[in-house]
Amino acid sequence: MDSYFSILFTEVYKILFLLVPVLVSVAMIVWLDRRVWAFVQKRRGPNVVGPFGLFQSLADALKYIFKEIIIPASSNKFVFVLAPVVTMTLALISWAVIPFGEDFVLADINVGILYLFAVSSLGVYGIIMGGWASNSKYPFLGAIRSAAQMVSYEVSIGVIIINVLLCVGSLNLSDIVMAQQNLWFVIPLFPMFVIFFISALAETNRPPFDLPEAEAELVAGYQTEYSGMMYAMFWLGEYANILLMCAMGAVLFLGGWLSPIDIFPFNDIPGPFWLIFKILFLFILFALVKATVPRYRYDQLMKLGWKIFLPFSLFYVVLTSSFLLYFDLLPGK
Amino acid sequence: MIAHSVFFYIFSLIAIVSAVMVTVSKNTVHSVFFLILDFISISCLFIMIGAEFLGMIMLIVYVGAVAVLFLFVVMMLNVAEQKGQWFSSRWDGGTHIPVGLLVSLIIFFELIIVIGGWKYKPDLLNSLSLNISTEVTNTKSIGNVLYTDYILLFQISGMILLVAMIGAIVLTFRERAGVKRQSYVKQISRERDEGVDLVEAERNKGVKIDG
Repeated sequence: MDSYFSILFTEVYKILFLLVPVLVSVAMIVWLDRRVWAFVQKRRGPNVVGPFGLFQSLADALKYIFKEIIIPASSNKFVFVLAPVVTMTLALISWAVIPFGEDFVLADINVGILYLFAVSSLGVYGIIMGGWASNSKYPFLGAIRSAAQMVSYEVSIGVIIINVLLCVGSLNLSDIVMAQQNLWFVIPLFPMFVIFFISALAETNRPPFDLPEAEAELVAGYQTEYSGMMYAMFWLGEYANILLMCAMGAVLFLGGWLSPIDIFPFNDIPGPFWLIFKILFLFILFALVKATVPRYRYDQLMKLGWKIFLPFSLFYVVLTSSFLLYFDLLPGK
Repeated sequence: MIAHSVFFYIFSLIAIVSAVMVTVSKNTVHSVFFLILDFISISCLFIMIGAEFLGMIMLIVYVGAVAVLFLFVVMMLNVAEQKGQWFSSRWDGGTHIPVGLLVSLIIFFELIIVIGGWKYKPDLLNSLSLNISTEVTNTKSIGNVLYTDYILLFQISGMILLVAMIGAIVLTFRERAGVKRQSYVKQISRERDEGVDLVEAERNKGVKIDG
């Protein structure tokens, strides 16, 4: 029993060691997003609280904590309260399998990539529950839009993951990173990387695919009835999901914790820094897209997902597998 | 080992309670939520016996896709309003009770057969023609069996599902007149010559457009 508790304590310590930095970086990333967005539009962005406005997110969080939480009288109260909790939890538990370096991962499970995919496909429930439980028109429309959108784009993300897995021969995320030692998958699978990036935008409801919360039509989509800390939890969960998608892109295509070139000054930098650097790079791309591209129409969004991305990525699966078969490069024989 | 059985009983308790709640709860949307909880706890049980691939596929397929569509249908169709009419004679589509009874009887007999087969479980396990090795991951061992010995059955079931999907689309598809469709090729290939028409307008008469 004693050893059981010691294992429990070390695990809890490890989880805290991972989650606290993730939460802090989510707060920082919100600031970064707003800054990049502002610079593209020739504004200053948040620059008042702290140096360069770094503590803006802290000030926002403080404001949210002291705001009143209003639960609509006609809402389904249990589900209404549960929805932001589900969103936040699902956004955080997926970080368990992201490898930050060799032997520097919380749970090195065999089916890591399936776990990531499963958890990100569960993310739709937070939104559906929030939209339905609010018992109001705009949130419900937003939730329905979001559910259809996320289910559609998950399909193409799944097929893209199959492309990467064909080259690796394992579902373990550390194996996926180690398979990219000689060549990052972004080079042979570049079209898949582009489609993954765009699908990740749709999966996380980011502009130009932010139809679930299109403020011109739906007020704030599924978040309309939420206030105070519950709204902040939706918002943090959303940004944690965006960071997670960036991490997934970095692990699948940009070589995870590996350094770009395997020579002295670069390979001496510890792995986590490379991973964080790659995640930040992808995130800045996310922010730039938000700043430059206008919103899609809903039928265009569905057309892009089902009629263009899905056939193209299926075609690429055939291409990748026949290439690997022809040149006898199939892994795991 | 104690921790293992504690977790096993927690997950099975959740699975059984939520399975009962699916049938008992009055609100249909709550039923679907309990169904999702049931799926999740069953996939946890799968993971606990070491079948992590099955558990994850269960999460992705059933929770991530099928249950979302369930929720969709239940939320959109307003099942709650029709529920009272299903068992009454007022509903002109006939009553559902005979069909429901038939299906539940079949399921009941299937369950009895499964429980009866439990007695022969050791014999069945010994007589397995497949050699399941514990050294490779279960993703690999499933793939080794599925894509070699059972490839034909696998392909046939895939084809049946594809045909069913296309059939459902064909049955429910109806062409509506007057729907405006956007063609990107047409939009992009539009030139100035066909888009703009310069007309010499006569004084006090104007120009008739759309003529």
